[in-house]
Amino acid sequence: MFYREAGQFKTSYETDHATFPIRQDQIGIALILIAAVALPFVSSSFAMQTVMLPSLALVVAVIGLNILTGYTGLISLGSAGFMGVGAYACYKLTTLFPEVNILVWILCSGFFSAAIGVFFGLPSLRIKGLYLAVATLAAQFFLQWAFVRIPWLYNYNPSGAIEVPLRYLPFTEIAITGPTASLEVKYLVLLAFVVVLTWVGSNLMRGRIGRSFMAVRDMDIAAQLMGIRLLDAKLMAFAISSFYCGVSGALFVFIYLGGAEAGTEFSIRLSFLMLFAVIIGGLGSMIGSFLGAFFIVALPTILKFGAPAIGIAITGATAEKIVFMTIGALTIYLLIVEPHGLARLWQIAKQKLRAWPFPY
Amino acid sequence: MQSYADIAKGDVLLSVKDVSLSFGGVKAIQGVSFDIRKGEVRAIIGPNGAGKTSMLNVINGFYHPQAGEIMFKGIRRPKMKPYEAASGGIARTFQNVALFKGMTTLDNIMAGRSLKMNVGLFWQMLRFGPAEREEVIHRRRVEEIIDFLEIQAIRKTPVGKLPYGLQKRVELGRALAMEPELLLLDEPMAGMNLEEKEDMCRFILDVREQFGTTIALIEHDMGVVMDLSDRVVVLDYGRKIADGVPDVVKADKTVIDAYLGVAH
Repeated sequence: MFYREAGQFKTSYETDHATFPIRQDQIGIALILIAAVALPFVSSSFAMQTVMLPSLALVVAVIGLNILTGYTGLISLGSAGFMGVGAYACYKLTTLFPEVNILVWILCSGFFSAAIGVFFGLPSLRIKGLYLAVATLAAQFFLQWAFVRIPWLYNYNPSGAIEVPLRYLPFTEIAITGPTASLEVKYLVLLAFVVVLTWVGSNLMRGRIGRSFMAVRDMDIAAQLMGIRLLDAKLMAFAISSFYCGVSGALFVFIYLGGAEAGTEFSIRLSFLMLFAVIIGGLGSMIGSFLGAFFIVALPTILKFGAPAIGIAITGATAEKIVFMTIGALTIYLLIVEPHGLARLWQIAKQKLRAWPFPY
Repeated sequence: MQSYADIAKGDVLLSVKDVSLSFGGVKAIQGVSFDIRKGEVRAIIGPNGAGKTSMLNVINGFYHPQAGEIMFKGIRRPKMKPYEAASGGIARTFQNVALFKGMTTLDNIMAGRSLKMNVGLFWQMLRFGPAEREEVIHRRRVEEIIDFLEIQAIRKTPVGKLPYGLQKRVELGRALAMEPELLLLDEPMAGMNLEEKEDMCRFILDVREQFGTTIALIEHDMGVVMDLSDRVVVLDYGRKIADGVPDVVKADKTVIDAYLGVAH
């Protein structure tokens, strides 16, 4: 009843294919944005640090992986490696050229990651499915090896880790990275990146490029006949996806973690978690990327700290195991029952809302 | 409608000369030659395994014949990739529907216009200015095709959910969106009931009438073939056994033998 587009007439193609063609959606997204900006001033710093910051940093990478796996149908297990490339590229750039603002370098690190992604995406023309997953797995292991074995990447730090320097917002004295950066500033910077990159990603996926990706995913032979070049489309998908992963990696280390050792942070475990986030959230869906990333990040926190709060005694180690079991079971369940994941549930809810209070 | 006399005089759009194609020891096509004239409906018929679909695959570049040559628009065609055939103006539908199942009808047909869209990544990212203008221009063309095929109601339905007959129609729409000069239809009426077949026949004739598209089709329903086509070529075991106007082909002794078998 509240979500009904009756009476909203579209008189031009522009309004018909707008990002949010329905007025309720426009109001909804505006409310969500206002709430998101207001959140750090009302929420506890614990929730911000353990849930919001990592989720927002990961959302970018999950969108990237969704562009590759959900929209183009190419499975990748190297996404954590590509995140690492972004993080190290950003570290090298900002230590070599400290006078350029860090925000510029975070975006630029995406291009380094994109280049590496295109290189490892080359086999995708010949191999598909599981075999491609194995090829990208090789990328993951090679990159992880490089992060540990090439000391130049971490500026020969004796700790072997990225030590995030203090950097400021352009033209101000407000720290965004390093130990003195405040939680609110970090959060808002992350939010800005997420909003812009989501908007850009959704624009791309709804235009010619996105259609060619989905065409390759659904029927590559017919796509060729429409004049879509498979190599171009697949490499473009790898480039865009790795760009997102790279930016996400830089955000993850510089803004969320404030320092990282790539051998542990950008491991195969993270690659798998992101793939699960894409599947749980919903393949080929922007909103699904958000739901999946938040789910993956929030679930351990909720189990570890939420369960004791309501009187269920649970140790950290047990919670960790329950998290893995839940995610694993849910992934299998969704793959079988609902390949469009949580995003599909949201769509069904919208459909029900439209007819409410009647069943249909 | 053009009469046969008009077409016989017409320019040759595509000619296939002595084409042979084999997969290992299997000879799919052996020394087949025929031509397709501008504006005609050309049927390719034959029993199962005669090499009809292989012939279409040769024409649009999926297979490269071992021998023979193909002339398209008067130019000898080198080995080409399917997307090169597409940009040359050859569109195609498939025997088993090959739609993009996860996409809506609208997006499927819009995908058919990929070749005609060329605004770059930058504007696409912003979906603003040239990208938005291009999208609207092509949307308008796509809506014309949707009107033509009478599929307005399923515009925003994912095609995977559509019944088979409508999927075939959307696939025709997607091919038409390319504004091809030569349209290859691989069994456009397979698995349809009488009413759907009649609709499809009307669309095929209307396509020729309205867009001036040359059509080559493979079909098993002889009634449809004989009614629709201007000329028919018959293949059997990879060889051409007859070629001509429907009435002549229908009466041809070798064609009857190929379809019904020969008494030994």
